Amino acid sequence: MRKDLNILQRLWQRWDTRLCLLVIAAYCFAAAYGEAVFQACRMTDRSPSYNQVHEGYRYVPPAFVRVFSKTPTPVGCPLYPLGSDNLGRDVAQRLVQGTRIAFHVGIITSLIAIPLGVILACLGGYFGGRVDSLVVWLCATVASMPGLLFILAIAMVVGQGLLGVYLGIGLTTWVSVCRNVRGEVIKHRGRAYVQAAYVLGYSHARIMFRHILPNVAHIILIAFSIRFPASVATEVFISFLGIGVQGEPSWGIMINNARLRLWQGVWWEMTFVTLAIFALVLAFNHLADALRDMLDPALRTEQSN
Amino acid sequence: MVPTTLGVLVLTFVLFHVVGGSPAEIVLGKNATSESLAAFDARYGYDTPLLFGTWAAIRALGPVPKEKLQAGPDTALFHVPLAYELPAGTYRVNAGRVLLRIRETATGEADEAMFDGPAPLSFSVREGWKAVALDVGGPLPPVLRLDKRSRGFFDSQFINYGKALLRGDFGVSSEYGIPVTRVLRTGVGPSLELTVPILVGGTLVGVMLGLLCAAWRGGVADRAVLLLSTVLMSVNYVVWVLAGQYLLAFKLRLFPIWGFESTAYVVLPILIGIASGLGRDIRFFRAAMLDEVYKPYVRTAQAKGLSGSRIMLCHVLRNSLIPIVTYVSLSIPFLFTGSLMLESFFGIPGLGNVSLNAIHSSDMAVVRAVVILGALLYQGVNLLTDLCYAWLDPRVRLH
Repeated sequence: MRKDLNILQRLWQRWDTRLCLLVIAAYCFAAAYGEAVFQACRMTDRSPSYNQVHEGYRYVPPAFVRVFSKTPTPVGCPLYPLGSDNLGRDVAQRLVQGTRIAFHVGIITSLIAIPLGVILACLGGYFGGRVDSLVVWLCATVASMPGLLFILAIAMVVGQGLLGVYLGIGLTTWVSVCRNVRGEVIKHRGRAYVQAAYVLGYSHARIMFRHILPNVAHIILIAFSIRFPASVATEVFISFLGIGVQGEPSWGIMINNARLRLWQGVWWEMTFVTLAIFALVLAFNHLADALRDMLDPALRTEQSN
Repeated sequence: MVPTTLGVLVLTFVLFHVVGGSPAEIVLGKNATSESLAAFDARYGYDTPLLFGTWAAIRALGPVPKEKLQAGPDTALFHVPLAYELPAGTYRVNAGRVLLRIRETATGEADEAMFDGPAPLSFSVREGWKAVALDVGGPLPPVLRLDKRSRGFFDSQFINYGKALLRGDFGVSSEYGIPVTRVLRTGVGPSLELTVPILVGGTLVGVMLGLLCAAWRGGVADRAVLLLSTVLMSVNYVVWVLAGQYLLAFKLRLFPIWGFESTAYVVLPILIGIASGLGRDIRFFRAAMLDEVYKPYVRTAQAKGLSGSRIMLCHVLRNSLIPIVTYVSLSIPFLFTGSLMLESFFGIPGLGNVSLNAIHSSDMAVVRAVVILGALLYQGVNLLTDLCYAWLDPRVRLH
């Protein structure tokens, strides 16, 4: 716990990483707010406001544009701080819901990929021999699958929807986590503290998860900071293709929606969605770089998958 | 390599035959009748056991608990709810007494037979006949099952799948109705036309920028390029494609928007492909060269008075080739499987386009074939890369 605090403090001291942390905190807040709205609507059984169609107010420009433009705003039009889309839905509210879905995807896929990778890595790295060969074989097999196409195939087989996205991304991305952690576990296996724990008669599970795992935790933290933005980006891609999220305002679906009228000058939906994705992914990528430099200089040269 | 290839085959089999449930339901949709599903199964060999065995369950009857059976006209017998009339073949039902009604499909002539014995009882339906109704009696099991006999113990989905792959037979595309290999063959050419320039161009630009970064490490140019690469990396792929198509092709009219007629049509997709991969490439190449820059031999070269460009190009670049070759070679399989987004957005009829369409229309045979092809290519390229090491680095010896 003390170590984590130190990391946060060190990240806070630099202005660039502090900015990243603030951006991510803002997104977390937006995602939490979106989740609260979503759950409230679900419990009270109302149609959520971000899905409400206003046929009369389609393609209303953002509020700050309307203030300066000569064309009058239609009477009784909602505020629309970031404009409205092809069905008169509020882009700002849909963006918040998109943040919620992005966080769902980022967190749940990490919760699938990281434990899977870490457990296999601990088993393989600690026991070595046949177990290790099995783990390496599994990694090599999954790694040779053609990335995005394999994810899409899993999503297709499992069925369209968020579950397919979670499983598709989660079950293919554990390999890089596993490889990094395994290398680190092998380094620790021969150290004195592990041998001491062994001599004390501790069980293998206890040595693996109570003694070695905390010492490789920084690799897991780095893995999370790399996996999260990658998962978000992949989800946008899959949903954009119409294979992922259905019926909910995911960022990918919003881009696909905005694309149709972009050519007629409806720029706001596309711009704001793009910026939202870009800022989140950039903040995470930069933070991941900083974390890597801080925690593990040796990893810097490794290819982040 | 052999175990991993086997692993790939097992993994694709598990994904497409086991996890996905029935391929017939995926292809034909949820509303298909069980008879058409069964016909699909029989046609594509999905009616055989999964791994091995003599009997396989069929769609005409799922496992039915004893209590659910309804008494037939004869009180001693129970009516079996068949989903469709059983075609010719040998069947097995785990009951002690069976009353079978059959009909000749051509003439409509009906016949019936009653037989009993120790359960399970098996019976055959002749060619040209169909079993219309089935009543069972005698000592009934807790759960009634109806199985069909397969053509042999090893006539299973897995064995047939392996055999077909060995023959290079990827099955028939349910969308186009032609063999998958023919679908793939038409797609490889356009894909290569798009992806080879992307790989070559991206690698050249990336290596050059990486060299510059490593030469001016820590300087303003280095930090600017590094920042730029992080920014490039964070732009979503979808945005690259849409922005390129909208700004360069639609607004500025520099390139044709859509189609595949002449070289001009692939220029924009190639540029977008290079730009979208550049961020990651630069970072990797820079890191690979920074690993070399601090080595003693570079200092020796500097002490000899060699020029900076000579040191970077002849010494550092040569020695950082191993990670670079590994990195580049890993993207070779994707040269063939193509780029999903670029091809579908610019209307290039390559493999990426084909596989995306296949996913949209649930054409499993095509998706499976592209996945396997990509995985096998990856393995082959891996092997070639290992061989390359020996050529690039005299310290590596092949045993």
